Amino acid sequence: MDAGKKASVTTKIHEIYIRSTPETIWSAITSPEWNDKYGYRAAAVYELKPGGKYAAKATAQMRTMGLPETIIDGEVLEAHPPRKLVQTFRFLFNEQNRAEGFTRVTWEIEPTASGFCRLTVTHELDGAPIMAAATSGKYSEKGGGGWAWIISDLKSLLETGKSMSG
Amino acid sequence: MFDDDRVFKALGDATRRFLLDLLFKRDGRTLSELEAELTMTRFGVMKHLRVLENAGLVITRRAGREKLHFLNPVPVRLIHDRWIDKYTERQVSTLVDMKTTLESKKWMPVKKRA
Repeated sequence: MDAGKKASVTTKIHEIYIRSTPETIWSAITSPEWNDKYGYRAAAVYELKPGGKYAAKATAQMRTMGLPETIIDGEVLEAHPPRKLVQTFRFLFNEQNRAEGFTRVTWEIEPTASGFCRLTVTHELDGAPIMAAATSGKYSEKGGGGWAWIISDLKSLLETGKSMSG
Repeated sequence: MFDDDRVFKALGDATRRFLLDLLFKRDGRTLSELEAELTMTRFGVMKHLRVLENAGLVITRRAGREKLHFLNPVPVRLIHDRWIDKYTERQVSTLVDMKTTLESKKWMPVKKRA
């Protein structure tokens, strides 16, 4: 696993088991019709080929808070549907975020016995302490937010048809 | 597999919670680094780490010759959503806030004006 080779003290790994198929989970991550239904609800568009663009769009509510139209950008490095997606990832909320530059996110979907899939999100955060804090959920109330919250919400959506973020 | 019983059991031990706290402070530690923080044999630490791994709370990755340990916060998140959020979120967070405030060094008793 190439994400593993690069693991370092700044790498964060989030793993969850979802009762669903790899194809469904893949769509929920990569298609804007699905990925705006859980977590922060920002629709993200992927050009699913190496060098393809990635852009997450601000929701109407985020726009009223003064955020730019594209809040996260990046590039697709590898796309192997429905099992593995490697991309770069940069926040564009403000200049500080932009200045931290691109980090790398690897999504891996592995079917296991009894109809579950293991989804692993590996985030390489070298030189990006602000993004590391934000994606750990540090800035949100009640200890929510971040990857743990996003993928728990994804699990909830796929297993129950309802997201927790309402 | 996420399994509440395994997670609760893994969390029901002070050494294992200490190991999780160490990884929370800094992720990607080797067995030797973790062992150095505990007065316990290497074998004992390995056993605890295996329980944490089986509960999905710790994930290991190879980096060269080393095996690095990472905290996976998701099982705790799921327990939070399932057990804390549902019943007692408001009360618990008030108490946590109070505890944090009282224990922080910033907190000082209000001085009475002369």
